[in-house]
Amino acid sequence: MSTPLLSIKGLTKAYPGVVANDNVSFDIGEGEVHALLGENGAGKSTLVKMIYGLVKPDSGTMSLRGAPYAPPEPRAARADGIAMVFQHFSLFDALNVAENIALGMENPPAMGDLAARIREVSETYGLPLDPFRTVGDLSAGERQRVEIIRCLLQDPKLLIMDEPTSVLTPQEVEILFQTLQKLRSEGTSILYISHKLEEIRTLCDHATILRLGKNVGECTPAETSARDMAEMMVGTALKTPERSGREFGEIALDISGLSVPSPSEFGTSLKNVHMTVRKGEVLGIGGVAGNGQDELLAVLSGEILTAADAVKKDGQPVGRLGPVARRRLGLLTAPEERLGHAAAPNMSLTENALLTGSVREGLESNGFLKWAETREFAERIIKEFDVRTPGPENAARSLSGGNLQKFVIGREVLQNPDVLVVNQPTWGVDASAAAAIRQALLDLAAKGAAVVCISQDLDELMEISDTFAALNEGRLSAPRDTTGLTVDEIGLMMGGAHGMEVAHV
Amino acid sequence: MIVLEKRPQPSRAWSLATPLVAVLATMFFGGLLFAALGKNPVEAIGTIFWEPLFGEYSFYYRPQLLVKGAPLVLIAIGLSLGFRAGIWNIGAEGQYIMGAIVGAGVGLAFYPMEAFYVFPLMVIAGALGGWAWAMVPAFLKVRFGTNEILVSLMMVYVAEQLLASMSLGLLKNPEGFGFPGSRNLQSYASAHNAELIEGSGMHWGVVAALIAVIFAYVLLNRHMTGFHIRLTGEAPRAARFAGVKPARLILFCLGVSGALAGLAGMFEVSGPSGQVSIDFNVGYGFTAIIVAFLGRLHPVGILLAGGLMALTYIGGEIAQGSLGLPAAAIQVFQGMLLFFLLALDLLTNYRIRAARKEVA
Amino acid sequence: MDLSAINPVLLVASLMVAATPLLLAAIGELVVEKAGVLNLGVEGMMITGAICGFAISVETGSPWLGFIAAAIGGAILSLLFVLMTQVALANQVASGLALTLFGLGLSALMGQSYVGIKPPAMGRLDLPVLSDLPVVGPILFSHDPILYLGILLTAGVWWVLKYSRAGLILRAVGENHDAAHALGYKVIRIRILAIMFGGACAGLGGAYISLIRVPQWTEGMTAGVGWIALALVVFASWKPWRALLGAYLFGGVTVVQLNLQAAGVAIPVEYLAMSPYLITILVLVILSADKSGAPAALGRSFHASH
Repeated sequence: MSTPLLSIKGLTKAYPGVVANDNVSFDIGEGEVHALLGENGAGKSTLVKMIYGLVKPDSGTMSLRGAPYAPPEPRAARADGIAMVFQHFSLFDALNVAENIALGMENPPAMGDLAARIREVSETYGLPLDPFRTVGDLSAGERQRVEIIRCLLQDPKLLIMDEPTSVLTPQEVEILFQTLQKLRSEGTSILYISHKLEEIRTLCDHATILRLGKNVGECTPAETSARDMAEMMVGTALKTPERSGREFGEIALDISGLSVPSPSEFGTSLKNVHMTVRKGEVLGIGGVAGNGQDELLAVLSGEILTAADAVKKDGQPVGRLGPVARRRLGLLTAPEERLGHAAAPNMSLTENALLTGSVREGLESNGFLKWAETREFAERIIKEFDVRTPGPENAARSLSGGNLQKFVIGREVLQNPDVLVVNQPTWGVDASAAAAIRQALLDLAAKGAAVVCISQDLDELMEISDTFAALNEGRLSAPRDTTGLTVDEIGLMMGGAHGMEVAHV
Repeated sequence: MIVLEKRPQPSRAWSLATPLVAVLATMFFGGLLFAALGKNPVEAIGTIFWEPLFGEYSFYYRPQLLVKGAPLVLIAIGLSLGFRAGIWNIGAEGQYIMGAIVGAGVGLAFYPMEAFYVFPLMVIAGALGGWAWAMVPAFLKVRFGTNEILVSLMMVYVAEQLLASMSLGLLKNPEGFGFPGSRNLQSYASAHNAELIEGSGMHWGVVAALIAVIFAYVLLNRHMTGFHIRLTGEAPRAARFAGVKPARLILFCLGVSGALAGLAGMFEVSGPSGQVSIDFNVGYGFTAIIVAFLGRLHPVGILLAGGLMALTYIGGEIAQGSLGLPAAAIQVFQGMLLFFLLALDLLTNYRIRAARKEVA
Repeated sequence: MDLSAINPVLLVASLMVAATPLLLAAIGELVVEKAGVLNLGVEGMMITGAICGFAISVETGSPWLGFIAAAIGGAILSLLFVLMTQVALANQVASGLALTLFGLGLSALMGQSYVGIKPPAMGRLDLPVLSDLPVVGPILFSHDPILYLGILLTAGVWWVLKYSRAGLILRAVGENHDAAHALGYKVIRIRILAIMFGGACAGLGGAYISLIRVPQWTEGMTAGVGWIALALVVFASWKPWRALLGAYLFGGVTVVQLNLQAAGVAIPVEYLAMSPYLITILVLVILSADKSGAPAALGRSFHASH
């Protein structure tokens, strides 16, 4: 067998309280698309950071084409021909495409030459880019292109991509795959990190599966079923949430003709949004991040005020009411960002329970706070949602992502809302916590509440939603019943490929 | 290699220990400073910290602690509410001056009439004067988003000019032989902020300071507004999500700190200092910032910190006289204290670790 | 009241002198803020520079050495800010205030033996024909070298920020320090250099006041100029040439009100003296709307957590 491009032996890395990678070994061949599979928390990101030189392994070795490879920093990795496109882009919104790319290069040519090269390379690989556009104005898919072009300009031998399709529509995913296949045919290897099994089966030659920091198996995706791969990832059979066949009641939430500018400079404004949700119904709103999700949630939570009629709950106009008044009426929300928005990181769980629970749980009287009752409420949330923490006095930031998310969602669910709107409820959360959260949402709907779930995870939405609509550039598509909805139809609802060209490959 | 590692939980132990360690560090480095100035460091530190409390004339100096500490605590309590919410009132000095001017002005308007209601009216006037002065940065911030640090600070310089103008003009003592400055309020019984207990140094300002401490404690720990203040400082986005109205908080915090600073100014001018004069303000508004941080923005902490700062002022004055220590050295000393406190604060949220040796 | 006593040519020339300390400090702080750091200690660094410059130039007899010492003094004081905000991750607002209070105290201490002394004068430019031209001569060709340095510095900073790689990296760090770190740039190191540059510039500005503009040493002589410089950076929307414009505007207000005082105008002296500060507030309000130039990471602490 020929020398692999990259060979990893016994790589280990531990952080206080957790072993991120435990004696991991595998090989990547030349011109191979290699998948690194595992769910959130399996150790994929840490492993890849070690390959890229951002993190030093505690023990183990790596070799590149047979020679020892131990990059002290990303610069060295880049010099050796390893490039990486991160899940969270390292882009500067206020600067233009060419400046962003220049910052990612060692010795960038003069701006004029660089701009020409950018145009050339981006055309060749089917991801056309205008070098002088401000990055903040680009869509998520276009921003990913900037990251990819930045890598391609350095002629990499190995391109690492960390969860690349989480920000793409189905059509954009196809374009990306064509680009990656072209790269493979030219001899570049790709390390493709994902937890999306069908994509891996379509694209990848080999897969290594990580669970809890260990390499638990390798396989050839084309010859392995998605179910088998899923079970290797998770280790146990997963319980899929049950959806009861429900009757829907009256309209609980009604948005009509809503047009709202985004409060942030690089946000997306909402345009003429119409939406109705009935009691007992779960409406799933899909769409890639950056299409108005945050703005939609803020409109519903009361952080952004609108015309009184634009948002109605049970027929009553609430558009001019703030968050506290809305909570009183039974309209609750859970934003995407757990630390900093849904919860205050340095404050205790008790205090965080007070954050939204004061109104409906009777935690204040005449402005004076009832700490004993608040603590009880926090303890109830912890117990009923199996939040792993020593106690309610612990700071929110001390919880793991999954546990904090359970707390945040649990806090809203236990307040018995009439309408609950959640944004990315299981983002970055381990599988069992995610399943628990989804079940909680379904149970809430079964009791007659109206639930709106905004999510990038189409699988999740298909699992729990009765109706589906897509948010694209601030516009909400007409809702469709989820039974019988195909991936293609969903993709079109999400706006297709945003006018991107298909790769000329 | 030393690395900083974020703690999962803020450390309570360090949060309490930091001010003490900061004081000790300041004593040490301050001592070095004094040695560099040619003074015996042990003697100097002893003069500053020991003399006023237990020395020969401590019966005189101890009341001075209350006199000097009261305005510091009063102002710092007000400041701490805003600081906790990320609202930076740097112009307390100006609000202090305005409180003094307006309070004294109201009092002098009644001269020479003696009545029981003169003093209470002066108190209200002083608070209103400071409040109004703070409303300028508050209103501009709410309406236009203007940075309150710069506006409140500019207002200090404006207030100083106004003070000079008043001392030479509108408030000038007609029987003052042409010297600038107002009539002396200490000789106007109804307006005099006299000692409540003879020789104790305790005047109404001291009482007000203690009330302010209690008020702040209850507000921060037991009231929704206090919770909102803390939340806004910790996580502004979460505060908006919770339904906090930023404008209300800004008006409240700046208003309260302005009013308290104004009160401090009014108590000072009608008591210990006695008259409105060009240089009657001695920088309490700025020192109060140090007191607020030294007290970790906590009401009880501020009470203790105010006492400590007052001690350094008084001790400093003694050292000036008996050791020839320059006045500016005390200012440096106080600045050092703030430095150490801010720097050591990091231990509350981060651990210092030696990183393991790198593997090839 | 005798307004005719005010000579417009001299007015413009003296406003340029009044503007220079402001310009120097503002340009320095502009670079610091572009890197994402808010250093409120400008007043402290200026006054430290003022005394360092004064002391050294008196001791050595050379104003040039004085200015160099001022820049070094400002930079050293800024290191304290570096220690607090970049190493100890302290709150930037509080640290800046601490720096100002400390700087004011330290300079008062250092300056005790220098009160009332006259410093060595710095020569003024005296070009053969150009300096004698009417109007243009005094305004453009008869100033001290540091004034021209201020203008050169403005041009230099503008060019570096806009066209050089170093400037691009600095701007990137100020926009998104996490992304810059992920790309392998040494965020802390770049910020330290920026902060020290800011300190040196502020020091120069302070020394300009004590050595050229006044020239003598008094405690607290900067009288809030450092704070106005901070306002100026906001006014300039973090663009160097606008900072120059703003500095001249403020310099103008200061000089005009002094002239009005001297001409015996009917407004009381104190109210005229208030005007620069009130105008600063007015300007801040008008420009509060345009926050678009603010570096996105301004004021936030950076801690690399792997």
